[in-house]
Amino acid sequence: MKVSYYPGCSLHATGKEYDQSVKAVSRALGIELAEVNDWSCCGASSAHMTNYRLSVALPARNLASAEKAGLDVMVPCAACFNRFKMAQHHLRENGALKKEIEEIIGESCRGDLAVRNPIDVFSKDIGLEKLAEKVTRKLAGLKPVSYYGCLLLRPPEVCEFDNYENPVLLDKIMEAMGAEPRNWSCKTDCCGGSLTLGKTDIVIRLVDKLMTMAREAGANCLVTACPVCMANLDMRPREELRLPVFYFTELMALAMGLPGPTEWFKLHNTDPAPLLKSLALL
Amino acid sequence: MGAFLEEVNRRIDGVPIQRCYHCRKCSAGCPVAFAMEYNPNKVIKMIQMGKRAEVLGSSTIWLCASCETCVTRCPNDVDIARMMDVLREMVIEEGLGAREKKILKFHEAFLAGIRSGGRINEPMMIARYKMTTGDLFSDLKMGLDMFMKGKLSLISPKTKDMTSVRKIFDRTKK
Repeated sequence: MKVSYYPGCSLHATGKEYDQSVKAVSRALGIELAEVNDWSCCGASSAHMTNYRLSVALPARNLASAEKAGLDVMVPCAACFNRFKMAQHHLRENGALKKEIEEIIGESCRGDLAVRNPIDVFSKDIGLEKLAEKVTRKLAGLKPVSYYGCLLLRPPEVCEFDNYENPVLLDKIMEAMGAEPRNWSCKTDCCGGSLTLGKTDIVIRLVDKLMTMAREAGANCLVTACPVCMANLDMRPREELRLPVFYFTELMALAMGLPGPTEWFKLHNTDPAPLLKSLALL
Repeated sequence: MGAFLEEVNRRIDGVPIQRCYHCRKCSAGCPVAFAMEYNPNKVIKMIQMGKRAEVLGSSTIWLCASCETCVTRCPNDVDIARMMDVLREMVIEEGLGAREKKILKFHEAFLAGIRSGGRINEPMMIARYKMTTGDLFSDLKMGLDMFMKGKLSLISPKTKDMTSVRKIFDRTKK
């Protein structure tokens, strides 16, 4: 199958491992990725927090470009995913806005493009059974808690993704990889997001709590699908509370025996190698 | 109805905020309420009472992380997160100065990065943020680590059609 691919700004920098692991896993699953032509930033949080029309125009420019390819667009970053879905939602609800934005971006925007995140594509289009078949090294002993964060799921009528108070798709993918996901009540609790530079103390408090709850749940690591959540969980918690954090696609690549994981893990701030070595997974 | 309330509702262009009956699900679910000067539902009440200066001068509106928990749980579909966006926009448009200066400077650095390259170059954006806030030394070690690991490249590809990107900024300017 073939999909359009919108990496977004983070995946080329702080989220490098996510980009590379999504690509490796997609390749192994027979999903061809065609990068959206001449893409630009989606605006993330800063656009909508300061300028509504800008926050719709920036994603709309990319939606218009992706629509030309006529394929579903896969968007790994949770913020980009959320902004694309929000822009489509606003353009659908407000005809006058749609006209205005189309005039600004100089393109028409049909609004019928399917915007999907990789959890959705892998679990629905490939299916959990096929994913399990691809596993060459079960992640036995790895006990992740699945951290979905905010933007993949909320608002539910915009994101149209998993159960917004108790999502399960990431857990199911981890199970398919042979890991032993632990259940916990913080699946969708905010990490503090973009406050990481402006209000570091708030982020530290939020991620410290996540780490504490992860430990209480009996987890030895966390798994996520958002570059900002990853950065916050990987870098901000107090030393003594830290657990290794992974992008879910890194673990998929590890379980599927694909090349890359060892290099990606070196990019993490909290080194996952000791944990993985102790489980003979590395 | 007060002018402030009317203006906020007009900008939100959705469910009028006075539909709130203060069940406090928003404030209970808000992950940063512990750090806020006024809870989300208190802000709604203050708007209804016409407390324009206090609301626009608050730190609350800048601390909102747009996690959308409030929006998801409100039984009356009040778009509290959008209300926070609207209040921030009003502060910026009126040149009132943000109570949380660093947070606004972060947004400005972020958007300046898009305007100049179509895409964010993260180290450049962070450098710009640190220069404008004077917050030069926090996260220095972490930044250096990331740089050494090759995660922060000072050169990154730009969007080719920068004309279209600049047009978006010019046409949506306030």
